[in-house]
Amino acid sequence: MTSLAHTWHMTGRHLRNFSRQPWYIAFSLVQPVIYLLLFGALFKRVVELPGFATTSYVTYLTPGIVVMSALFSGGWLGVSVITDLERGVLDRFLVSPVWRGALIIGRVLQTALVTVIQSLILIGLGLLVGARFAGGAAQLVALIAAAMLLTAIFGALSCAVALALRKEESIIGVVQFLLLPLTFLSSVFMAPALMPGWMRQLARVNPLNWAVELGRAQPTAGDGSLLLSRGVALLALAAVATWLATRALRAYQRSL
Amino acid sequence: MAIQTRPQAGGATAAPPELAITAHDLVKTYRGGIRALDGLSLAVEAGTIFALLGPNGAGKSTTVRILTTLARPDAGSARVAGYDVVAQPDRVRRAIGYVSQKSAVDPEATGRENLTLQGRIYGLRGRELRQRVAELLERMGLADAADRVAGTYSGGMQRKLDILMGLIHRPRVLFLDEPTTGLDPEARAELWAEIARLAREEHLTVLLTTHYLEEADRLAHRLAIVDRGRTVVEGTPEQLKGELQGHTIRIELAAAVAEPRIQAALAPLPGLREVSLRDGAIYARADSGGAAIPAVLAALEASGVPVAAATVARPSLDDVYLRYVGRALDAATGKETGR
Ligand SMILES: Nc1ncnc2c1ncn2[C@@H]1O[C@H](COP(=O)(O)OP(=O)(O)OP(=O)(O)O)[C@@H](O)[C@H]1O
Ligand SMILES: [Mg+2]
Repeated sequence: MTSLAHTWHMTGRHLRNFSRQPWYIAFSLVQPVIYLLLFGALFKRVVELPGFATTSYVTYLTPGIVVMSALFSGGWLGVSVITDLERGVLDRFLVSPVWRGALIIGRVLQTALVTVIQSLILIGLGLLVGARFAGGAAQLVALIAAAMLLTAIFGALSCAVALALRKEESIIGVVQFLLLPLTFLSSVFMAPALMPGWMRQLARVNPLNWAVELGRAQPTAGDGSLLLSRGVALLALAAVATWLATRALRAYQRSL
Repeated sequence: MAIQTRPQAGGATAAPPELAITAHDLVKTYRGGIRALDGLSLAVEAGTIFALLGPNGAGKSTTVRILTTLARPDAGSARVAGYDVVAQPDRVRRAIGYVSQKSAVDPEATGRENLTLQGRIYGLRGRELRQRVAELLERMGLADAADRVAGTYSGGMQRKLDILMGLIHRPRVLFLDEPTTGLDPEARAELWAEIARLAREEHLTVLLTTHYLEEADRLAHRLAIVDRGRTVVEGTPEQLKGELQGHTIRIELAAAVAEPRIQAALAPLPGLREVSLRDGAIYARADSGGAAIPAVLAALEASGVPVAAATVARPSLDDVYLRYVGRALDAATGKETGR
């Protein structure tokens, strides 16, 4: 019970601090929006190749951009841990009886909720430039859920890395190094059938790719088993990542 | 200090004096082989104020971090509020408040929000919490700034908020790591009064570190001087001052003079001890300052040392501190060159 209450209060803290700088959302959307508009225009005719299940590239691309944006949000979460660490806030909490998991889950939940807002904006923008969601509301719900889970996975991992490295420059370096390869080793921009074989193999084990597949699946048109397997995999990974981050928090405290 | 026998919630009615904090032979070595604590021990009676003094790097903060369960000792043991800090950290955490040396406010939250969250962690809720928060903000003069984001507070205001966060849940044992650094004289005096009141009326045990000897002298029932990770001396301020018999003589010089010349001038005088030169003044000790000073002035004049002023005083805590830490530092330098 206390663990739930503590998680609730910590989530509240992060949401409140976030609400003090709402412009952050706009800032965080610049890159995904540019990708959506530029790649959407640049690769417009790529759907004429076989392998895309649609005749509109923005329809193909929009779920990918939503998921990519979720990856970015999660990836940068570790920076907030470093900020708390440098301000002594983390140590203050560690001296209190607060449930350790809440220190991770609170910020992960907040970021996942921000991901919902970002996703809705990107979906709206996608619709504006011509994207269509054949699966209707069910597909959108699945897409947003996939985006939230992906944020949780990479958010928790980012926290774990931050707690291990403890320097803002280091975490920025690591995240910057990983974000684009993760994005391009997936079907965000390109149908798997058109990828070189080795890329396709790597994409298969890329959680970002699972989330994209989930977001493109048609829940009503027989994609149920795909939805289930990807959903379960993402959920399990989110749990493992959160557990890892909590371990990293303990390791941090043991090093003090 | 009379031992209070007020029954404590959940506490055993142990035979007096009840110890709220004990530490035995704490050792802590940081990466790179820095031995921050080298067998430090201390004991603090419940309901009393205990001060840790010592030079920078002595190990005061490390001690506090171990006693508050933030860090673990490599060796040794400690109990706080009846619980072992390594084996029962959760119990300890519920019983203590901690104000770290560096401010730890969340600058993006208001003062009220900072305090409210801290209270919620300890299970305070609803109206009780709201009232407690308002009451504390009022008591520290932060009521007007309560709904401003703490990042806009001055350093001293943030410090006050830190202290309130350590108090919100009415801890039984409070750890204050240099609490008054950055406070203006008025706020410092208020905080002293408040800490003394909490110890007296609410049986709060306080362990504080400080560089202000006056603070330790006025506030602490007992104090320990720590150096190089060990307790060098421990006792009540009166005991420690009493150990330095006689008077302290301080001669302010009108011009810089090399120490050997002064030592040579004063060496023949009987009954004058511990002659040293610091910051343009001669310090010495004598059983009777009044009797010694004419001879001292005469000797200095004979050697052509220009004197600006002379004072005789009873030993202060400064003298105690300089005696123990000064000596320990000399010994340490000797050791270091030997390595
Ligand atoms: N995290 C750390 N990593 C490495 N060394 C540390 C760490 N924390 C403290 N030390 C070292 O341990 C020693 C004791 O430090 P500590 O902070 O306990 O001193 P202090 O008595 O509180 O000093 P001050 O009066 O300056 O606050 C110092 O030599 C310090 O450099
Ligand atoms: Mg310190």
